[in-house]
Amino acid sequence: MIKKVVYAIFGAIIVLALAMFFAAYPFGKNKMAVGEYYLNHGIEQTGAANIVTSVVLDYRGFDTLGEVSVLFGAAAGVAILFFLAKEGRREERENLTKPNFVVKVGSRIIFPFILLFGTYIFIHGHLTPGGGFQGGSIIASGFLLLYLSYPGTRVKRSGLSVLEGLAGLTFVCLGLYGLLTPESSFLYNFLPKGQLNMLVSAGILPIIYIAIGFKVASEFAGIVDDMMCQVICRGGEK
Amino acid sequence: MIYYIGSFLLIAIGLYAVVVKSNLIKILIGLNLISSGVNLLIISVGYVKNGTAPIFSKIGLKAAMMVDPIPQALTLTAIVIDASELALAVAFVVLLYRHYRTLDIKKIRSLKW
Repeated sequence: MIKKVVYAIFGAIIVLALAMFFAAYPFGKNKMAVGEYYLNHGIEQTGAANIVTSVVLDYRGFDTLGEVSVLFGAAAGVAILFFLAKEGRREERENLTKPNFVVKVGSRIIFPFILLFGTYIFIHGHLTPGGGFQGGSIIASGFLLLYLSYPGTRVKRSGLSVLEGLAGLTFVCLGLYGLLTPESSFLYNFLPKGQLNMLVSAGILPIIYIAIGFKVASEFAGIVDDMMCQVICRGGEK
Repeated sequence: MIYYIGSFLLIAIGLYAVVVKSNLIKILIGLNLISSGVNLLIISVGYVKNGTAPIFSKIGLKAAMMVDPIPQALTLTAIVIDASELALAVAFVVLLYRHYRTLDIKKIRSLKW
């Protein structure tokens, strides 16, 4: 009882403090100075029509590299936890419901379209709302659909690792090449900017987003594989 | 203003689930609610009245009509981190369930304070 009261008081203090802080901040009025600068100068500095993309990949590209590493750390953590764990118990395996006919046929029809849509999203990341993270997640959800509808199938893990490593390497190498250019800054946009709103524009940003798309897709597919393998995989097949 | 209220409501609901519920899955749902509320809060801080998305997809769009791109970029980062963190947490929950055969944190004695 006392514990719940303490919790309630604690929550009330936090909510009250935050509400007081944001009451002093006018809603829907002006932008911050940095955002204003990015909006006004983003096009000629990065060449990307989507200013969010130019913030994520160009102005704060180093942040994104850190984010991709966090993602890698989480995927590796899931893999390590399940590698150390014992094989999934028998009753877990028997509780798994069998997918019915509609799910099987439907997923087989939908899966290529999910791949296509994910690819579209991460290729057009510098033009439309979207990008590598979203596209990669969509592709991984397609793999999740396959796992759910065909419980026997598995993605080849070595292929996933190679894909993930190559994608990460592309990102880091593009960044390091920026150090060799006369500007000598990490992740400098050394390719020509091109024409605004065209598919081939904005220099290295689309390449980075494609790399991120592959990396996120393979990492999330790896997580899905680890989790499903706990129940589905036979012993010794891990 | 409704966005602020909604995001605080989400955060409060999530906080309630985290501190009061004893089922681990419900605690994870609460954590996810908190992060959704925080994301909504960050997005609504950058909102400009009648603003459009910060994408120069048409000719006539001016920078003055657009919302702030930085909160959106930060939220883009946060969503991905949320997803991966949730996957890691679910892995922990699976292992905890295998070890203790329960999801109730009141029955997991070594977590009691």
